[in-house]
Amino acid sequence: MILDGKCPTGPIEKSWDKHRFDTKLVNPANKRKFKILCVGTGLAGGAAAASLGELGYNVDAFCYQDSARRAHSIAAQGGINAAKNYPNDGDSIFRLFYDTIKGGDFRAREADVWRLAQVSNNIIDQCVAQGVPFARDYAGYLDNRSFGGAQVSRTFYARGQTGQQLLLGAYSALARQVKAGSVKMHERREMLDLVVVDGVARGITVRNMVTGEIESHWGDAVILATGGYVNVFYLSTNAMGCSVTAVWKAARKGAYMANPCYTQIHPTCIPQSGEHQSKLTLMSESLRNDGRCWVPKKKEDCDKPPSEIPEEDRDYYLERKYPSFGNLAPRDIASRAAKEQCDDGRGVGPGKRGVYLDYASAIGRVGEDTIRERYGNLFEMYEKITDENAYEQPMRIYPAPHYSMGGLWVDYNCMSNVPGLFVLGEANFSVHGANRLGASALMQGLADGYFVIPYTIGGYLTTVTPGEVKDDHPEFKKSAEEVKANIDKLLSINGTKTPAELHRELGKVMWNNVGMARSKESLTEALEVIPKIREEFWNNLKVSGSGDEFNQQLENAGRLADFLEFAEILTKDALHREESCGGHFRVEHQSEDGEALRNDEDFAYVAAWEFKGAGKEPELHKEPLKFENVELAVRSYK
Amino acid sequence: MNLTLFVWRQSSPQDTGRLEQYEAKDVSPDSSFLEMLDEVNEDLIRKGTDPIAFDHDCREGICGMCSQVINGMTHGGQERTTVCQLHMRSFKDGDSIYIEPWRATAFPVIKDLVTERASLDRVVESGGYVSCHTGGVPDGNTLPIGKPVADYSMDAAECIGCGACVAGCPNSAAMLFTSAKVAQLAVLPQGKPEADRRVKAMSDEQKKQGFGNCTNHYECQASCPKGIDVKFIAKLNREYIKSLF
Repeated sequence: MILDGKCPTGPIEKSWDKHRFDTKLVNPANKRKFKILCVGTGLAGGAAAASLGELGYNVDAFCYQDSARRAHSIAAQGGINAAKNYPNDGDSIFRLFYDTIKGGDFRAREADVWRLAQVSNNIIDQCVAQGVPFARDYAGYLDNRSFGGAQVSRTFYARGQTGQQLLLGAYSALARQVKAGSVKMHERREMLDLVVVDGVARGITVRNMVTGEIESHWGDAVILATGGYVNVFYLSTNAMGCSVTAVWKAARKGAYMANPCYTQIHPTCIPQSGEHQSKLTLMSESLRNDGRCWVPKKKEDCDKPPSEIPEEDRDYYLERKYPSFGNLAPRDIASRAAKEQCDDGRGVGPGKRGVYLDYASAIGRVGEDTIRERYGNLFEMYEKITDENAYEQPMRIYPAPHYSMGGLWVDYNCMSNVPGLFVLGEANFSVHGANRLGASALMQGLADGYFVIPYTIGGYLTTVTPGEVKDDHPEFKKSAEEVKANIDKLLSINGTKTPAELHRELGKVMWNNVGMARSKESLTEALEVIPKIREEFWNNLKVSGSGDEFNQQLENAGRLADFLEFAEILTKDALHREESCGGHFRVEHQSEDGEALRNDEDFAYVAAWEFKGAGKEPELHKEPLKFENVELAVRSYK
Repeated sequence: MNLTLFVWRQSSPQDTGRLEQYEAKDVSPDSSFLEMLDEVNEDLIRKGTDPIAFDHDCREGICGMCSQVINGMTHGGQERTTVCQLHMRSFKDGDSIYIEPWRATAFPVIKDLVTERASLDRVVESGGYVSCHTGGVPDGNTLPIGKPVADYSMDAAECIGCGACVAGCPNSAAMLFTSAKVAQLAVLPQGKPEADRRVKAMSDEQKKQGFGNCTNHYECQASCPKGIDVKFIAKLNREYIKSLF
């Protein structure tokens, strides 16, 4: 099937304004008759729930954490992009649009990206109004920093805690609506099914993670803002609770999964220190503004302390390979370059999987105090984890899974192919194409939540009767019974392997075979191994305790069960995409000097997969991508 | 290294709870405290024992989910460090480690080391925000905010809402938590119009939620993994008194 993104036509500059005008409005008096469910309370979900509550809808919001303030958006450090052009350095909405399309390696929809760039400026204003303490200069004006993949300074930041401050802004807006009674918060709830009645999303089934109770919730529309899926790699920079579960439950009910193979490997993470490791820690990409990446030129120097390697024996490989962007090359390129150096035997640190990020020249140029002011918290975090002082010796970094550009397929209204199911933020596939630029995730989450969904959901709601299907419908009972049966099944296996052990096995396959460099061979092998792990999971899993209590192992097991089905689709998508683009690098498709080779002729489309059951062949649906405002070009940062 | 753990086990809010002893063997000094507990739990599961429940999520020291009292100190007592960022190299081979949940009336135990901290959300809901609408706000540069004011506000805004200040306080007061939000917003031009009603509402809500009062022990500041300064409590008191006139 050819999918239609329902993008507005006409000049792109007017597309969003025109669409907003063309979208039907819900009468203010009627809004209170509708109930909207919002799953996830990060930047996208929190902002959406708060904004929709304020408009007068009844919103029920859900999160698995103990408070809406804890979603993993909080961990974003570097900043948020906007096309304000405050520094007068040549930025514009068009340039942000262009950079995002190019950064995504021409695999995103033009109209969606234009809208994102357009509303980026509103986001900054909104956050300032909420009391988000962005960095400012002595005159009192907002400060900007530069970021990978852009040649203008358009990133707004709040020390190294921008995500935290923006999330607390959204959380405070949400708290205000909770107080007003328009939003009802349900904390410590995990969504375990999407209830679909006659092809339309009508509600969700959740597990109360404290009591184990299975609850049914009905809504006239369901919003998923449940983040990304890179914990499929086991070790990633995501929070421990991040999972594909909510998204996957929707996929099992017919929602298409788009471009799952587009995963982002972030270049500046702290290298793994041993098998005990439960997660990887990211350090903001902004570190690359002043840090210089290098490895020893000679393999025999790799064990020497960095201070003993003279300047001429250091290979500043990013500056060498990409002279115009240098250390600010986009994430996919910087990550792959680090991997290449380590594959070449010139990596440093334990296991030789690391490269140096050196501040010596920046400290010499602007002084240690300035560096401390810019990155103090990151240096502190680095020292806590590694016991090394990065003011005195270079940091060691290595790429780690970080973000998923792929996600549930949505049209221009952020609605999936299942009517009534909306998907926001990282959970959808829409704006980042095959690679996301730094400081764009926060922008997308808040754009979707504050400025897109409040308009587009109205258009859908005008077509439904409020409260037409409620939780007394038999589908809700059926869904709850299925959820309970699945939990009982997990608890009854009583094998020998823990969820963490099996997750680690899956992660290893995914990282080695479906990670930064993929080949037909590695992917085919993964497709043989994943079903075996899945089989072992269902035959040899050990989960203690019962389903009627607080049971973290049961939660982990349920999430892993979904990852084990999803991993196969991700790998199949990677195998089918016979090209290299953005975060998806197929070794068969590279130029002589190792750069990604895109295939616009055959693959300029969104691949949306319809799940047909575990172990069954999923069906591929395509949405062709049209580029009318930018020219498809080789993405060069040289 | 090898360690002996004494861990608070409590199966439900109704259970009385007790300390139980476990051995942690071959612990890597490079692992984090939570990774050490992960390993202990893996062992317990294999033995068929209920693993130790503890709250955690980002494991980067920013989400505020992790919450343990270690050897009598919140987050283990290392300066500006959450439990998830505490590493085993700060312990010695053969150490005994006592691990307990946050203890405060306003934070009832759910299970083992997991507590209910919704009371902090209620305090924020009572007024910890600027009542601006989505959209319809002026340009971000319309009101200049001097760097010292922006920095002061940011210092306060760094609070991660973990509740260590409450757990560390002999009175189980949430004054540091509340004051950080009050101070962050009170100095900004955007937060000034509602400063009076905010400080009153949040102060009242603290009482309602069962938090105690401040008697200047400064344990909250010492407990805080983000180093939030008690000067914000002074600011809270000042704002409160101002609101009465």
